[in-house]
Amino acid sequence: MFDISSHKKAGSVKEAISLLTENPDAKLIAGGTDVLIKLREGKKQFSHLVDIHGLKELNFIKKDGDNTIVIGSSTVFSQVIESDIINTHIPMLADAAQSVGGPQIRNIATIGGNICNGVTSADSASPLFALNAILSVQGSEGARDIPIADFYLGPGKVDLKHTDVLTAIKVSPENYDHAFGCYYKYAMRNAMDIATIGCAVNLKIKNGRLQDYRIAFGVAGPVPMRCPRAENMARGQALSSRLIEDISQAVTKEVTPRTSWRASREFRLNIITELAKRATIKALKRAGEELS
Amino acid sequence: MAVGKSVNRVDAMAKVTGRARYTEDFYHPDMLVAKYFRSSIAHGRVTAINVKKAENLDGVHAVFTYKDVPENKFPTAGHPLALTEDHKDAADRLLLTRDVRFMGDEIAIVAAENELVANEALKLIEVSYDEYQPLILPEDILEENARQIHEGSSNIVGEHTYTFGNDVDQAFEKADHVLEGSFRTAMVQHCHIENHISHAYMDDLDKIIIVSSTQIPHIARRIVGEVLNIPLSRIRVIKPFVGGGFGNKQDVILEPMVAFLTLKLNGRAVQINLSREECIIGTRTRHPFYIDVKTGVMNDGTIVARHMDAISITGAYASHGHSVAAAGGSKQSSLYPRAATSFHARTLYANTPVAGAMRAYGSPQIIYALECATEDAARKIGMDSVEFRLKNVARQGDMNLLSGKEILSCGLADCLIKGRDFIGWDEKKKEYEKFKTGPVRKGLGLACLSYASGTYPVCVEIAGARIALNQDGTVHVMVGATEIGQGSDTVVAQMVAQTLSFPYENVLVVQAQDTDVTPFDTGAYASRQAYVVSNAVFRAATDLREKILDHAAAMTDTDVAGLDIVDGNIVDTRKNAQVMDMKTLAIDSFYHKERGCQLTAEASFKATTNAPVFGCTFVDITVDIPLCKIKINRMISVHDSGVIINPVQSGGQIHGGAFMGIGAALSEELLINPKTGYIYNNNLLDYKFPTFTDVPPIHHDFVETFEPTSAYGNKALGETPVISPPPAIRNAVLDATGLCINSLPLSPHTLFTAFKDHGLIDEKGGDNV
Repeated sequence: MFDISSHKKAGSVKEAISLLTENPDAKLIAGGTDVLIKLREGKKQFSHLVDIHGLKELNFIKKDGDNTIVIGSSTVFSQVIESDIINTHIPMLADAAQSVGGPQIRNIATIGGNICNGVTSADSASPLFALNAILSVQGSEGARDIPIADFYLGPGKVDLKHTDVLTAIKVSPENYDHAFGCYYKYAMRNAMDIATIGCAVNLKIKNGRLQDYRIAFGVAGPVPMRCPRAENMARGQALSSRLIEDISQAVTKEVTPRTSWRASREFRLNIITELAKRATIKALKRAGEELS
Repeated sequence: MAVGKSVNRVDAMAKVTGRARYTEDFYHPDMLVAKYFRSSIAHGRVTAINVKKAENLDGVHAVFTYKDVPENKFPTAGHPLALTEDHKDAADRLLLTRDVRFMGDEIAIVAAENELVANEALKLIEVSYDEYQPLILPEDILEENARQIHEGSSNIVGEHTYTFGNDVDQAFEKADHVLEGSFRTAMVQHCHIENHISHAYMDDLDKIIIVSSTQIPHIARRIVGEVLNIPLSRIRVIKPFVGGGFGNKQDVILEPMVAFLTLKLNGRAVQINLSREECIIGTRTRHPFYIDVKTGVMNDGTIVARHMDAISITGAYASHGHSVAAAGGSKQSSLYPRAATSFHARTLYANTPVAGAMRAYGSPQIIYALECATEDAARKIGMDSVEFRLKNVARQGDMNLLSGKEILSCGLADCLIKGRDFIGWDEKKKEYEKFKTGPVRKGLGLACLSYASGTYPVCVEIAGARIALNQDGTVHVMVGATEIGQGSDTVVAQMVAQTLSFPYENVLVVQAQDTDVTPFDTGAYASRQAYVVSNAVFRAATDLREKILDHAAAMTDTDVAGLDIVDGNIVDTRKNAQVMDMKTLAIDSFYHKERGCQLTAEASFKATTNAPVFGCTFVDITVDIPLCKIKINRMISVHDSGVIINPVQSGGQIHGGAFMGIGAALSEELLINPKTGYIYNNNLLDYKFPTFTDVPPIHHDFVETFEPTSAYGNKALGETPVISPPPAIRNAVLDATGLCINSLPLSPHTLFTAFKDHGLIDEKGGDNV
């Protein structure tokens, strides 16, 4: 049983914004896979709901005029997995979507909700960090675009005002064109689990060298994060096993995993090192590069 | 011939179409919901409790605390009544308690119109405690000045020793090698799909009806009577379909409380439906064990001596208590009957969730340690692990020196050979020699098991069956054997069809258990159901068969010696011709004005035998050293459970058991803060129960022996498949990495520590290979 005081179904983003404006206690619900857990725990701050589940205007994956890939925020993970656009251009996002929960969760949980929930373990977050994704937000004060790197303010805290609705996630062509990526999730189970560490690599190769290299982690700090110093070190370097070893050591100087009862800092660091290697090698493989 | 065929389950259609009704599906319009107020500390005593605000909340009908419940302490274990003092379970529990013994202990209870109101009311209860240091670890519990968790009784709930065979000390002296090892198993939980749920109501002035998801309706009835001090005949327990129990419902957990509440609330229906979080901490778990094993072995591969010292943690209340360590320990004499063996075990109270019965009842812990130690001994003398087992394990005709009975059927050696062939032992051993270094290592492992087919001679083994011929020529069967999903109703139908020579479809088993109606049986536990019920069913069916043939003889005025039943029809064997169908006979028996009667038969039977069963598991694994993960490539379990009544159902038992064993081996563990007693992971996200993507294709096979003490040659199978996978996996990790990792689970955390300690992973987190 859920203690729901009010539930208002929004017919449009505009209506959702006005419903949020009317009720300062209201929270958005889309797929509900995070909100309903909080309600089940008896958290009163989720008892007024504005429901955007099933809003057609938020459910799409498309390429716009300049080839930017735009993903509606209410797109569910199953749709991400099955999308030709995603599989052709950013398969690592399909990797990430495939690693979320189980089939029932992937059929209802939305990519926008995964980001707005603000947790470091969100599987879609680290790939979107490595893709320099831009988040489109609409609110009572108008629309704005926020780079995902600026969106996370702290654990469970994101840059959304009360009436803001995340409408779309955008990935511009310079971030995916001729780029190869991989998301590697490490968890204690193969399904129905949250990441112990998530690692996304996005790279470009030119003449046997890393033209661009990005590496992002989930659960390596309080919010999803990139490792800019390791990336700078890697860019322009010739591909070699040595380079991969160096990257795996470099990232450990930037990440800040913590010890919790779920896993020790030392254990997480070991996994971070190893995932940096394996995600990079897999991305290289997608680029057609095999290291001896 | 219905026995030996994979007939459809009798309840298959009801279950797959969602029509089967479970306890929660029985709804009363005015039913109240009750919720426990649980302690937020692990050890202490309530100094004050105030429930006024909760009582005054709209929708709350009553709040009861430890002050309101009967003062007589009772045992909760689902054992048959013991007539002698030495076998009685510890009576250490009250319906609600002032003395807090684990985090989640039940101090008060709210009955309200719905769950939301009940939960609101719980927040309004004010309680203060006098807090004591929680006792979690054996060394703290056993310390001389440790506080008694139950005042007036020792923290040692039970203790026993036994020896069998030659003089154990002398055998160790003569042994070429003596090995010692220490082993630890984790606290794991049953995780049955249907959480504990019961409701009770009164539809008369003096009769309490309890509907409950239980493995032991008849025992629950008796214990409720004891708790409330009312005659057993005034209590009726109904068991609808059950969504799994694995031993956790072989304990009386909610039934006394719902009965108490309906009595207090003038007969109104009251339900308790535990959440998963409550179910994990507030019902029962598997006892964690600390086990030291010493093995004496000769250079020729003979195990000559064994000593085992075990500590079992039963948690805050005894529940099944020391019975679990005693039962687990006793399986050594059927698995390795020729080694001189001594055994010592103690069971301790602790400020942790209560441990009780769980699938295979102590054997997974004891046999884990035993089979790890056996592997270490084989390696010590450089003998092949399979050959070493073949030399030492039980064979038909061995004496089980603990029970004093001969092992009448034993196919373990053949199980080992089948498993070895399936896994490709010799070729794979050779192939994997080059995978003993580097980041990816491979290995093979095996482990054996033995188990029993019931609890005799520790407890009574009684089963009842009643069969009645219907007017349409079918029969209805009532048994006390309790179907909880394991398939016992189907197996009973097969047995009846076999003995009556009826088509399986014409044997109808009455599904729900109702203690006012069904014959007496103590319930579903100890893998006893098909074994013990077999002789009751056989007797009743044989009796009915004779009555049917006598009536056929009377109808046809022929000699009964010439008549038989074939496929549900009466046949004249001399003419090899059908005489009549069963419906014709049935109609005559009911409605002929002079001859016949309703043809029924009933038998109640006590088994005074207990057939040992055997099996083994082989695994082929890959260890990813840097990621600290084990991948099972292939796995097979081979079982000797006597005659297999239903091969597909039996395969299901093996797959489910192996699944559970893999969970215990690789990931499952209830995590408790050793200082505060706080339980971190009482939910299915953080308690790492495997999903089907985590479990490899599991293979199984049988070595079918015929067990002469069973009416159909069958022996136990329900629990046994859970036993051997964990030691087999540990032994495969040893084969792959050279490391003896002697504590469960072999989770990435455990492996990380072991790999780091042994230099397989270096300081920087890189792999040093």
